[in-house]
Amino acid sequence: MASSKSLMNLLTFTFGSAIGFFVCYLLFSIILEEQVKIQPHILHNDPHGQHSADTDNNQLQGQMNFNADFGQHKDENKNIAEGLYQKVKILCWVMTGPQNLEKKAKHVKATWAQRCNKILFMSSEENKDFPTVGLETKEGRDQLYWKTIKAFQYVYDHYFDDADWFMKADDDTYVILDNLRWLLSKYSPEQPIYFGRRFKPYVKQGYMSGGAGYVLSKEALKRFVAAFKMNKCSHSSSIEDLALGKCMEIINVEAGDSRDTSGRETFHPFVPEHHLIIGYLPKTFWYWNYNYYPAVEGPGCCSDLAVSFHYVDSVTMYHLEYLIYHLRPYGYLYRYNPDSAKNPEEQSKNEAEEDNQKLKQKISEN
Amino acid sequence: MISESSSFVKGVVLGGAFCVVVTLLGHIKVGHGTKARHHEHHHIQAPNKEDVLNLSEGERMELSKSIRVYCIVLVKPKDLGHWAAVKETWSKHCDKVEFYSSENVKVFESVALNTNDMWVMMRKAYKITYERYKDEFNWFFLAYPTTFAIIENLKYFLLKKDPSQPFYIGHTMKSGDLEYVDGEGGIVLSIESLRRLSRVLEDSDKCPEQGGMLWKLDEDKQLAICLKYTGVFAENAEDSEGKDVFNTKSVGALIKEAMSTHPQQVVDGCCSDMAITFSGLAPNHMHVMMYGVYRLRPYGHTYNDALVFLPPTG
Repeated sequence: MASSKSLMNLLTFTFGSAIGFFVCYLLFSIILEEQVKIQPHILHNDPHGQHSADTDNNQLQGQMNFNADFGQHKDENKNIAEGLYQKVKILCWVMTGPQNLEKKAKHVKATWAQRCNKILFMSSEENKDFPTVGLETKEGRDQLYWKTIKAFQYVYDHYFDDADWFMKADDDTYVILDNLRWLLSKYSPEQPIYFGRRFKPYVKQGYMSGGAGYVLSKEALKRFVAAFKMNKCSHSSSIEDLALGKCMEIINVEAGDSRDTSGRETFHPFVPEHHLIIGYLPKTFWYWNYNYYPAVEGPGCCSDLAVSFHYVDSVTMYHLEYLIYHLRPYGYLYRYNPDSAKNPEEQSKNEAEEDNQKLKQKISEN
Repeated sequence: MISESSSFVKGVVLGGAFCVVVTLLGHIKVGHGTKARHHEHHHIQAPNKEDVLNLSEGERMELSKSIRVYCIVLVKPKDLGHWAAVKETWSKHCDKVEFYSSENVKVFESVALNTNDMWVMMRKAYKITYERYKDEFNWFFLAYPTTFAIIENLKYFLLKKDPSQPFYIGHTMKSGDLEYVDGEGGIVLSIESLRRLSRVLEDSDKCPEQGGMLWKLDEDKQLAICLKYTGVFAENAEDSEGKDVFNTKSVGALIKEAMSTHPQQVVDGCCSDMAITFSGLAPNHMHVMMYGVYRLRPYGHTYNDALVFLPPTG
């Protein structure tokens, strides 16, 4: 029948157009939709920081000139920070290698490194352009302690008189120099002492996590270098930070307490998210047993005046730089006031509350 | 048989062609284009530092108290994770915040709107807000639960703006002739705009509940259309250097973009020092932002700000 045939045709036509529309819509959604990458939950299963397996999802092309210049904040008063820059001289050296210059060290150089009084990048080979110091070692996890010894030796030989404190960091560590200076300003570089994120196993006085960075006083550096000449410390170890910590104990360099006046940690072996989010690091994770002081997760994990974070990828380097040195809440009075405390926590809490009350009164009076 | 298959093929082709035409013309919401568009719209700027320093001590105190922001967060039960994060973090800095939910949820207090449609939700939320709070607040900030906002910077931005004027501010976009504030970046209305909006919402010719088009328009575009009828136009918010302060993306996403588009000047290309919003954040990221914005800072840097904001209680 003609009419049923044309009805059939109409139906197939309609069906076809629906399919055509639907397929096209799907294609467009796939093409136009932004790719949302879910970052894998990377838990670093070794406290002694392994970087050899690089899961670098964030390879960045081109020159990154994330200018760490202070020109953005024209109404900013930096007198105190600048005073500390003159008073507490810090030489930073960054552990890197030829294969990481473009991937990692470059971003360190573009962000926090410029705030050191002196910055050196230590590699197995010299690179005049970057520039890096050539330590004439091999690369590799087992070379880290040897590289560390040679790096400190190099610093001692060439720059001993140019700084008061000597900071070691990795090429995926972010260091906030202003806060490091504030911490160190309370100590003398003539004291045999060093600071970092204190771990408790294996060494009686504890030792400092390599990845979170550690800083030696002038006296500590002097003793460390001398220890190798006199064979007091071993030259080889596959675990850099532990070996250094053992050596420090042998030569009577004190493992310092780097926590702030309210007892919060300042050097961090992970990125802020891993510390701030309760439950992020599972309770079976090695970290909970390693921390010298009771480890805290959630907001109490981290000082407002944090000094370092570790496992910082390139995007996060700039992210931290932006959050710390650029973005700020206008007019906001911070809860934690580092200068008001002589005795920890109680004093600062009380004084902060007092100040808040006074201000509230003043505001309501007006 | 042959005629049927040929009709089928004709159908597929027509359906596909129709779809292409509709997509290209109507900006069907399958995802937002990420390329920067050339806007021709009003740009309003944050106060200049010089302007601000001319205020006297008394004026500064007065001003800090006088800018009162009411926050509306439109939520649905599926957003519970984000909802919790917003509740625990930045929303505490609003003078008052309320969560307007599609339906009642046991875990959290909310104003139940009893609809799943975003535009209807938005209409109801604004209506209720105007009825209840028109005498208590002068600025109204609407956000989605994936947005993070710095209310102090919002107040600084609004410092010298008169709320009795019709302001409709945020991150603006253009859709054909229509200029609208992208909801992702947050929507700011002055009390005058809210007043005009609450009137036009009653007008079912100009501002109907059903979009009245072939396909549904997003709620932020609908809002712009309704406001336009009352003489209220969208304005893009920028800092004194011309950078957007309302952002529809996260800091991470913006940094990545800046590195490919402005490799020599990533800072300048990324984000404002006085940014007000970022969006597309996971709940964990909100907690990280709270730490990064309100706590983590370098010792020894101080500022002479014109306003004073105390940390919220609790």
